[in-house]
This record gives sequence, structure tokens and C-alpha cells, in this order.
Amino acid sequence: MRRLTWFNATSLTLGFAFLYLPMIILIVYSFNESKLVTVWAGFSTKWYGTLIQNEAFLDAAWVTIQVAVVSSTIATVLGTMAALVLVRAGRFYGRTLFSGMIYAPLVMPEVITGLSLLLLFIGIGLDRGIFTIILAHTTFSMCFVSVVVSSRLVTFDRSLEEAALDLGCSHFDAFRLVTLPIIAPAVISGWLLAFTLSLDDLVIASFTAGPSATTLPIKIWSSIRLGVSPEINALSTIMIAIVAVGVITASLITKRASLRQQADERAAVHA
Amino acid sequence: MRRATLILLPYLWLLALFLVPFVIVLKISLSDIELAIPPYTPTLDLSEGWKGLRDFFAGLDFENFVFLTTDDLYWKAYLSSLQIASIATLCTLLVGYPIAYGMANAPDHWRPTLMMLVILPFWTSFLIRVYSWMGILSTEGYLNQLLLSLGLISEPLTILNTPVAVYIGIVYTYLPFMILPIYSALERMDGSLLEAAEDLGCSRIKAFWLITIPLSKTGIIAGCFLVFIPTIGEFVIPSLLGGSQTLMIGKVLWEEFFNNRDWPVASAVAVVLLLILIIPIVLFQRNEQKQREAEG
Amino acid sequence: MSQTVFEPWNDPDAKPLIQFKNVTKRFGEFTAIDNQSFDIYEKEFFALLGPSGCGKTTMMRMLAGFEKPTEGTILLGGQDIAPFPPNKRAVNMMFQSYALFPHLSVWDNIAFGLKRDGKSKDEIAARVEEMLKLTRLEQFARRKPHQISGGQRQRVALARSLAKAPKLLLLDEPLGALDAKLRQATQFELMDIQEKTGTTFVIVTHDQEEAMTVASRVAVMDTGKIIQADTPQVIYEAPASRYVADFIGDVNLIDGMAEAREGGAEAASTAESETPAQFEAEIPAAETAPRAPQPNERGKWLHDKLFKYILGPREDAPKQLPPPTPEESKAAASAVQPYAIAPGGITIHWAEGQPPLIASNGDPALAGKRVTLAVRPEKLGISKDRPESANALRGKVIDIAYLGNLSTYHVELANGTMVKAQLANTRRVAQRDITWEDKVWISFRDTAGVVLGE
Repeated sequence: MRRLTWFNATSLTLGFAFLYLPMIILIVYSFNESKLVTVWAGFSTKWYGTLIQNEAFLDAAWVTIQVAVVSSTIATVLGTMAALVLVRAGRFYGRTLFSGMIYAPLVMPEVITGLSLLLLFIGIGLDRGIFTIILAHTTFSMCFVSVVVSSRLVTFDRSLEEAALDLGCSHFDAFRLVTLPIIAPAVISGWLLAFTLSLDDLVIASFTAGPSATTLPIKIWSSIRLGVSPEINALSTIMIAIVAVGVITASLITKRASLRQQADERAAVHA
Repeated sequence: MRRATLILLPYLWLLALFLVPFVIVLKISLSDIELAIPPYTPTLDLSEGWKGLRDFFAGLDFENFVFLTTDDLYWKAYLSSLQIASIATLCTLLVGYPIAYGMANAPDHWRPTLMMLVILPFWTSFLIRVYSWMGILSTEGYLNQLLLSLGLISEPLTILNTPVAVYIGIVYTYLPFMILPIYSALERMDGSLLEAAEDLGCSRIKAFWLITIPLSKTGIIAGCFLVFIPTIGEFVIPSLLGGSQTLMIGKVLWEEFFNNRDWPVASAVAVVLLLILIIPIVLFQRNEQKQREAEG
Repeated sequence: MSQTVFEPWNDPDAKPLIQFKNVTKRFGEFTAIDNQSFDIYEKEFFALLGPSGCGKTTMMRMLAGFEKPTEGTILLGGQDIAPFPPNKRAVNMMFQSYALFPHLSVWDNIAFGLKRDGKSKDEIAARVEEMLKLTRLEQFARRKPHQISGGQRQRVALARSLAKAPKLLLLDEPLGALDAKLRQATQFELMDIQEKTGTTFVIVTHDQEEAMTVASRVAVMDTGKIIQADTPQVIYEAPASRYVADFIGDVNLIDGMAEAREGGAEAASTAESETPAQFEAEIPAAETAPRAPQPNERGKWLHDKLFKYILGPREDAPKQLPPPTPEESKAAASAVQPYAIAPGGITIHWAEGQPPLIASNGDPALAGKRVTLAVRPEKLGISKDRPESANALRGKVIDIAYLGNLSTYHVELANGTMVKAQLANTRRVAQRDITWEDKVWISFRDTAGVVLGE
């Protein structure tokens, strides 16, 4: 039934060209010799060289990675707890408020989240810096983690936990030995999502970062507002490459795993 | 006991870092501007006890909201945000639907790869994706170079710093949000339905209108909301691609706060923006709910 | 009966392993278990049988500790188990979904409970090997659950729940996920393992055949109550209520008014006083009409003389099986039970103008009340001539279902009641003179049925 008609082939080709051409142009021109980014003047890697020597960028990158690792880790713990509460805890006082607070940040404009957190930090007299960015990022990415994890928990067979209890586990052991290993893929993808969101965030970080801490997106932002620059092209290329390698590896791993599982299941039927 | 800890930790975190900040925004939106840090009065001074509390409430007023209605910058910004978001959502649908359709009808072994290709940009930096269009759309950019060299135009087009550039930016960055729900709706569709329709006398195009479109309706609606809701408050795209003449409320809020340092008005802008957003969010929730009920 | 029969429920000295005492379980407004008291004895294979939502699973989950009774107590070996959480009970459960841990191998799944007990490595290894051997899973020990077949998964689940040598094993629809053929084999395996280990089994199932096969006692449940708990034979032969009779196997239910009965002979003569002519008139006219369009006289003549030889017999001709040979008729006739009716019991008036049914095993106390006579289809006889029997009713064959080993005849009685008569196809053509639309006699003994009050 599934056939590739000329219409489908055209729409796929044009669609993916639209999605990928801008990035490909960016990558190609990052190897441009000229400072005038729109004029091709021969192949060169010199912008990568100047990028590596640009300490401001390197510092910002280091801050960004610290923020992303710490915030996504805390967000994964809190988000997983929140998912357990959403799926498992049943009724409790303020449940509607709780689930509202989980889902609201997903649709909240970043300018509002950033503004409100900034006003809080000023109100309680917290000095803005890495710490405040981490708090801000943890708050909104824990909601994304909890959505990812709870969608896995919904399909989780409760009788697996009951079986663990039945066989003598405490509640905590049942979670540690049975539930967590099984939902681990969802928890890991939640962490990756939180990590990416944190790496990516400009608006909330702009509000909550102080002069002592600048993240990479803030740094990129302040230089691209002035226009296209070859250094930023080089930086973008590096970031795109890292993401592409990561995503392609991950999809290959899951594909291999699902192929192996299929083969196993086929073998089981004939066993 | 253990259950209480499990609930309390994320609960308190969200209360402290989501709800409380929000209440502060609401409070400041009802306060007066001061040339100080924090640049607003009244501040709640609990050391004065009841009097402080009374003074605090007495100081609240709707002045800033009245101000929003008097200065036409604000309501124009809200309207233009809604307009840009609507047009951009429609454009995204028109671009996204054929792609989702093509994916759903692609051979089985292609689909995981196509799926990955749609998701990949989503993991790439948003800022970089918007930035990549700056070089393409500028007056001396790649697009104008191409069109000039093909002889299609004689004068470079001005696209960057116009609403058109904003539309392109939104369609480009939010396309995956449109494609994925439509694709999942189309993919679930039973192919024999179309064969049945053709068997009963429909032409292929008629069958598409009568069968495929209605059955992918939930995906279309979900995709439209997923594009429309975040677009209204968008800041990066209008700032980078829209130039000074494109008015969007996210940008106004940012400028009010960082350039004018008028915190009370910025807060009032935020409160009104949220009130506007509640309508599509509630509609979206209801659509999701209906879909869940239909499935389960 | 010098042999000791396993019937602890009939032994007043036997101490029950489990005692439910006035147990009620409510979920909000909904009462899942309604004030139930019953005992389960050691080494029993006890089945809780009922349709979904009858409370059988709640019963089991209370034993496992996943639910607590709202009222009443459950005793295990004389001790109230309410304070013990599931992980502190000497009770293990085999889950309907098997609940095998997907990330652990078969070996680790079986060892899981033993490890929680803090047993030594050697002890655990020995016990796991023993369990693998018991369930014939030795060669699959290193596999993950998704690498083995459904039947093997079922055995892993069983081995895992038996590994801790529980006093009581709970099985929630243990065979539900298996296909019909595998299920039968597994039923016997389950009984075998229960016998070998001497563990008390409580099984929850909605499959009556399964319950009847494996269990020493079956408790039939409906809407939170145990309607009847007894051996499979008693449940089948002497159901205590219409619900049980209807739930277990096929049954004919004939409603009527009971009347006390003096002796056997008088009632038998009433049965004979019925005239066939009177009955003819009561058969609905529509039913006697041919079911397919019939050819007219000339067409029929043409067919019989000519077309029959070319086209074969008419498709819409009344279905007729070859008549029996004289020997076969004689054999069939001699199979009829000797005609003897025990005194006492009741008669049941079930249809206007029809002789009452004789049920000598009926309780005379039911006289004057509405009752239902439940008769199993295999206890009904069917014949063309009036048989010598306590109860003989006229009827018309509506449908015949040939099942290979059995044939089921659907017969419409005078008042429109449909009954099913089941005959074993022991002789190839013995009963074949009965066919669609035939007027037949349905007969059964005075003790064949069970009289059930309202």
C-alpha cells in the first residue's frame, strides 16, 4: 500500500531541503576565507582557530556546560519524582495545582518565566550568577522530564512492582531494583532533553544571569545582533556536528536494540 | 511518610520557583515605578506588622494596566503578535502537512530515518537555526545572490527585517512541532480506508478530502496549537529577523524591562500576555482530552 | 471407602489454613466483597470462579496483602494477617501478566525473592536449580523473559513464586494468556506441581472448565459473594442456585410451580393421559412452514424424474437422513432406562395443558412456590416414539449441532421453551432418524434434574 508517488517524493525532497539547506550553507560558509560571510573567498579553517583562542567564548561554553549538567541532573531527579507523583500518588491535597504547575511551564512564554524568576531572585536578595541560572533551568526542565517519564510510567505494568513486593522487597527496593531499571530509557531521554534545553536557552538565562556568569547563547546573541559573523558560523558548525553525531548514534543504538529484540522474539516463538 | 516526601520535594520546588515568582509578577504589575533598585513601590515590609500590610495593599492599583490601554504601542503589539502567530501557524501547516503526508506514505524502512531527520533540528540550537536565516535573507545574502545571478530580479529584495522574514523563521523553527502530530495521526490511518473510498466511487483527490483530512484532524489541531501558543510570546525570531518595524509582545516586554527598566509595566505586559494565552491553552487541553477519550 | 479421601472441609477436626471471617471490602461506594466467611485448608487447590468484576481478584489481592479488608479479618494459620505488608507474608502470588522482570534473566527472576531473604549464595543457587528442574526450564536459565515462549514464561512465573516455598500460592488467571491446547497440558502440569510441592494453591479464574479440572474445591462467586463452594462434582451435579447451574456448563432451565407429590405411580399415569392431537395444535404455525421456497407439483415431478440425475438432490429439499436399519432401532430402544419412579419429591407445573414434571429429588417444602428445574443436556433423552420414562415431553427439533463426539438437539417444547438435548454419537447412525422439523419426545428421569427455589 505504501508507495512513493512523485507527489510524496517531491514534498519530502523540498521539505527536507528547507529544513537542512540553511544549516548546510552555514557549515559551508564557516570554512570561508573571507571576513565577508556572504562572499566565498576560498577554503580555510582560520575561523575555527580564532574561535579556539577567543577566551570569552570558551569561558561562556564552560559556564553553559556546568549549568546544563547540574541543572539537568537535578531536574531529572525532581522530574522523575514529580512523574511518580502524577502517575502514582492518587489523590492528595492540591493535586490540581501540582499538575498545573508541571504543565504550565511547558507553554509559558520564556520571557514571562525569565522575568518572574528574576523578580524573585531580586526580591529575596539572591546574587545572580551560575547558581540562579541553575535554579531557573532546573525549574522549567524538570517539567519536561516529568512529562517524558510519566508517559513511560503510564504504560508501566504495576504488577511488576507488586511482584517485587510479593517476593519480599521493601517499597524502596522495588523501585530501585525493578521500576528504575525498566524506566531508565525514559529517564535518560528526559535527562538529555533537559540538558539540550539548558544548552539552548537564551531568554531565561538572559534574565537570570548576572554579570559574573555569561552562557554561550547569551554570548552568541550579543555578537549576532550585530550581524552574521564567520566566527559564529564556525561555532554553529561545531554545535551542529556534536548534536548530529549524538542523535545519529542514539538512533542507531535504539535501532540495533529493537532489531535484536525482534530477532529474540522470533527465536522465542520457534523455541 | 515516604509518599509525603515524594510529593513535597517537587511540590515545594515548583511553589517556590514557579508560583511565588508569578505572584510577585502580579504584585509588581500593580505597583508604581521608582527610580531605584528594586525600581518599584510599594515593597512589602513585614517588620511594620499590620500597618505594613495595609500600606502594601493600599499602594496597589491598576494604573499600569490602564497605561497599557492608553499607549497604543501595547495593544498594537498584542494584536500584531496574534496576527503574526496566526499567519505563521497557517504557513507552517501548509508546509508541514505535505511533509508529514509524504513521511506517512514513505516505504516502511525509510520512516525511522525520515523521523530522525525531522527530530534532528529540534535538538540543534534554536538560536543557531534562526541565525542561519540571517545570512540567507539579508540584502546581500545568499538568496538575493542566487536570484540575481539567475536573472529573476534586478534589484536585491529586502526580506530581512520585515514580517516575511519572521514568518520564514517561525515556519522553519517550529516545523517539527507541526509535522510530528500530523504524521502520527496519518501513520495510524488504515490504508484500506482510501481503497474503500475509491471502491465506492471517490476520485483520489476527493478521497483525500473526505477521508484523509478528517482523520488527521486531531493531528492538525494539535500541531497548530503547538506552533501558535509558543509563537505569541516569541522573542528571538522577531528580534533577529523582524527588525525594528516588527512588533511582537515578547520583544516589547524584553525592551520594557532591559531598555526602559520599567518593571511594573513589563510585569503588567506579562500578566496580560498570560491572560491572552489562557484561551488557546485551554482549547488545546480540551482537544488533547478529547483525543485521549477517543483512543481509550 | 476405606481409603483416606482428601476432604478436610468435611472433617470437623481439620484446622483451616486460611479463614475469612465476615470480610467486607469496599472501594468508595462500591462493595467488592460483601461480608464473606469461608475456610481454605492446607494442601487444597482452591478455585475462585466467577465473571469479571465479581470480586474474585479482590479476594486474592487481600490474601496477598495488596488490599486490606474494610471489615472483618483474614487469618493465616490462625493469625490475623492484616498488619503484615505483602513483603512480610508467607504468601506468594503468580500474576496474571506473569510480571516477569524484563531486565533480569530467568535465573535472576527466580532468585529474586530468595535474594531478598538474604540467603547464602549456595542456598540460592541450589533452590533456583531445583525450581528450574521442577518446571523443566534448565536450558533457559540464562535467557531474558522476552527470549522465551509464552508457555515458558508462565513456568518461570510459577517457579519464581514457588521459590520461597510459600505456605500459600495465589494464582491470578495463571493460564489466561496461553492458547487452548497449551492450556490443557499446563492444567495437568499445575496439578502435578501442586501435588509434588504440597503447597496450598488458590487460583482465580473465569474459565469454569479450568476451575473444574484443577481444583479440589470451587467457589463460584457473583457480585462480591460466594454463591457456592464445593467439589467440582457437587457444583456440577447439585448446583445450589440457578446462577451456579447456569454458570457451570450447559443447562436447561424449566420454570414452573411446585406441588408436593404423594407417590410415583399416580404421577406417571397423568403423564400418559396426554393426547398427541391436543399437542399438534399448539405448535406455532410459522415454524411448521417450509423455510425455503418450494417447487410446485410439476416442478417437483420434473426434478424427481429428470433433473435429480443431472443436478443431484434439491438443495431446498427437507433434510432427511437415511432411516435406521431394524437392528439399529432395536439397539436404540433397548438403551432406554428402565421405568421406575421413586416416591416423594414434587411435581412441577410448567406449561398450561402439559403434564407436570416429576422431580422425586425435589424438596417437598418448596410446594406452592415458583421453582426452576435444571437439567443438564446430556441427561435428556430424545426419541421419535414415546419413551418409558418419568418425564416425557413433546417437542419439535429446531436445530441440530453436530460436534463430532456429540450432537446437540435444540428442541422447542409446547410452551415455546427451548431445551438442549445432548447425545453421544456412539453408534454411527443410531439416532439419525431424528432430523430438522421432526416431532420428538424429550425424556428424563425423575432424579435427572435439580430443583432450585427462587
